[in-house]
Amino acid sequence: MNEWEVFRQERRGQPMEHAGSVVAPDADFAEAWAREQYGRRGESVALWLVPRTAIRDVEDWADEFDLKYRRVDGYSIKARLKEARERAGTTVDR
Amino acid sequence: MNAQALLSIADDELFLGWRESEWTGIAPMLEEDVAFSSIAQNEIGHARALYQLVVGEDGDADALAFDRRLDEYRCAPFVELRLLDWAHTIARRWLYETADEIRIAALKSDPDPAVAGLAAKIDREETYHRMHAEMWHDRLANEARFQEATAELWPYAVGMLPEELRDELAVRIGLALPSDKLSQAHERGTHTEYLAPMWEEMTEVRRSAPAGAQW
Repeated sequence: MNEWEVFRQERRGQPMEHAGSVVAPDADFAEAWAREQYGRRGESVALWLVPRTAIRDVEDWADEFDLKYRRVDGYSIKARLKEARERAGTTVDR
Repeated sequence: MNAQALLSIADDELFLGWRESEWTGIAPMLEEDVAFSSIAQNEIGHARALYQLVVGEDGDADALAFDRRLDEYRCAPFVELRLLDWAHTIARRWLYETADEIRIAALKSDPDPAVAGLAAKIDREETYHRMHAEMWHDRLANEARFQEATAELWPYAVGMLPEELRDELAVRIGLALPSDKLSQAHERGTHTEYLAPMWEEMTEVRRSAPAGAQW
């Protein structure tokens, strides 16, 4: 028995999103079971079934030098925006 | 297609659906539990649609399903059997789906468009039941327990179909038709000892409510 990760698409054009997994002995069983688990209530228009072993796992990150300017939280935009608006005299009350 | 013939199919679907729903919560794997229960529910849905067709749009399908006398039910002995192991259960599922496909195909060319239309609708859902049954069959076909279960249930499965459709079933399953004497014992119209207790349980809630209760 192997794990299969199941992705489902709710409507055409939308991204495939991870729905969950099934444990099955082969691809046919995985399909039949995934259909019932993730498709029988009309919640999906398409499924992807991916053997768990086909997925490359990445979870180690090196961030030794505090290069916080690379990160989305590197700048406090809010404070800077406020200052800039005050300088320009365009402060708006919201 | 006459009402008796439609009722035969509806009763098969109702009683098999009921029987198979007994596995809910205790099937061998969680995923199969969900799938098997869902299929059982579908079969009961097909029964409902067929009853509705028999009683007409404004008729009471529930009354037809639950309020008949025991000897008025038309289900085949095959669907009544209380099978307590998975090999027999899945062997019946495969035999049933194969036989059901043959009779639904015949129903799809019925001169009555309402019957043919419903048959086509049922068939679209049965496609997935067949996929499920076939995959189990492919996996277990070489297992002695599955083969023994199939051989044991075979004369019952034959009793599901009218005479003229049996040859096709024998070819599809790959077994010879049983002797007349053996199959007569399992013909539609006879019932097993399992029917009465199953009907008791199935209709218990309905019978406990006052007549005319709305659900």
